[in-house]
Amino acid sequence: MKIEGKVWMFGDHVDTDLIIPARYLNVSDKNELAKHCFADLRPEFIKEVGVGDIVVAGINFGCGSSREQAPLAMKTAGVGAVIAKSFARIFYRNAFNIGFPVLESEEVPEQVREGDSVSLDLSKGEIVGIEQDKHFYARPIPDFMRDILKAGGLVEYLKKR
Amino acid sequence: MPMTITEKILAEHAGREAVSPGELVQVDVDLALANDITAPLAIDVFDRLGAREVFDREKIALVPDHFVPNKDIESAQQVKVTREFARKHRIKHFFELGETGIEHVILPEKGLITPGDLIIGADSHTCTYGALGAFSAGVGSTDLGAILATGKTWLKVPATIKLVYEGELSPWVGGKDLILYTLGLLGVSGAVYHSLEFTGEVTEGLSMSQRFTMANMAVEAGAKNGIFEPDEITKEYMEERSDRSGNFLKSDLDACYENKFKIRVDDMEPQVALPHSPDNIRPISEVDPVVLDQVFLGSCTNGRLEDLRDAARLLEGRKVADGVRFIVIPGSPSIYREAIKEGIVETLLDVGAVIGPPCCGPCLGGHMGILAEGERALSTSNRNFVGRMGHPKSEVYLSSPVVAAASAVIGRIASPEDL
Ligand code: SF4
Repeated sequence: MKIEGKVWMFGDHVDTDLIIPARYLNVSDKNELAKHCFADLRPEFIKEVGVGDIVVAGINFGCGSSREQAPLAMKTAGVGAVIAKSFARIFYRNAFNIGFPVLESEEVPEQVREGDSVSLDLSKGEIVGIEQDKHFYARPIPDFMRDILKAGGLVEYLKKR
Repeated sequence: MPMTITEKILAEHAGREAVSPGELVQVDVDLALANDITAPLAIDVFDRLGAREVFDREKIALVPDHFVPNKDIESAQQVKVTREFARKHRIKHFFELGETGIEHVILPEKGLITPGDLIIGADSHTCTYGALGAFSAGVGSTDLGAILATGKTWLKVPATIKLVYEGELSPWVGGKDLILYTLGLLGVSGAVYHSLEFTGEVTEGLSMSQRFTMANMAVEAGAKNGIFEPDEITKEYMEERSDRSGNFLKSDLDACYENKFKIRVDDMEPQVALPHSPDNIRPISEVDPVVLDQVFLGSCTNGRLEDLRDAARLLEGRKVADGVRFIVIPGSPSIYREAIKEGIVETLLDVGAVIGPPCCGPCLGGHMGILAEGERALSTSNRNFVGRMGHPKSEVYLSSPVVAAASAVIGRIASPEDL
């Protein structure tokens, strides 16, 4: 599984209200939800994000509510993956469950910048900063979680078994 | 093997003698919960799994509380999906308008949770039920959809951080101040993937209401669950509400903790969280007298009878300050009813409050009391992230009900002692 795109940089403790404000949660349609991804924090995001772009952030990404609409909105908007120093527990689990790759790395958020081109090889956990030709390795994911991701989410994973 | 109360509950629900931190276990769920925001997605997952029947129609609670009474067509559709699912599967605990209130207030009140239970909810504040000595944790909709079908889920056993509260609380200081102080200490990611165990002589004297407030905000430190050992106070609370007696577990004396914090409470003042994070904590004496546009008393953190009662006692015969909108929302219909009986509602109305129907209200900025650009609010709820209660350029401060009440009357953030 390869993902390639531009980097969007975020800071620490990006909460789920920032990823998608609660006022937009009156619908469940993922395309509607995606329209409001990062609406308050970065209003330009949804207009400019490209398929496969990568969100890079600091610690505790996705803290706050349990809303699965947060990773769902990001995934539907085209975001290929999130690479953060660490994730909030529920967000992390939700992301895998919907087949949205999230990776932990201390280095990447320190070394890449907004707008950099990055490619990601999920099966190896390898992240390449294309312009700088730098290679990083994300913290390994437990096997069964990788399988969930490969299947495309928990529903597909459970159905297969 | 010595275990903490959290480990004991997980072991029991995994059908194991013992478990230790870091292990992945499959557990049976005693109660699965979703609300009007999370249920529709979970139902979609349930359907996509090809499931025909729910695992147990008596062990599921569906509580429309975030955008009810339906605030617009879209939210009406969401509740409709939830209601139709409940009817189709004859879900026993679906709460219709008139019976519904905030999920985390309603479920304990109805006796649906007993000590030793394992509860999983598609809402981050599911951790509230730790107040009863139950293990409870929030998940997302996909996990919940799978639980609706199977009654089981996977969990990683969390390591536990023990919090020991010692000393004597000053007047006007209670559960909300203890948890805010603790969040200041731990930080919003200080307990990610961990369990928080609330202990010490101070917690032994706390009412159930105050314990709910504290367990509720465990997730604000990133914790998986927060828990109290059940005791006589728990027992008394249960006796009035449930025919199940529950399993009163305690941590072993030699149980293993990853970390312990001793917190002396003698000199603790009322605490306030400043914008925009629940760990941005100051004692009230160090908070600027910020002028307020709105004060909100309610939510799953502080929308219980004791909270309304404390506020009303302080407010008797006073008036809301000019320019302050004071919104009070009882957490459940029975709290509302009792507040009417005790004269609390009348007192609050005389003060100039508006009383909303039991629901989440302005807590999440979706409904009934949204803030405009540049406005400032003091709220008894649990989160003050950017835009949480409305415009991204509004500001939210968090406090206890008595600080909120005093501030509504004075018109700026103030201590009850300033009255
Ligand atoms: S009151 Fe607020 S925090 Fe509690 S469940 Fe409702 S929206 Fe969530």
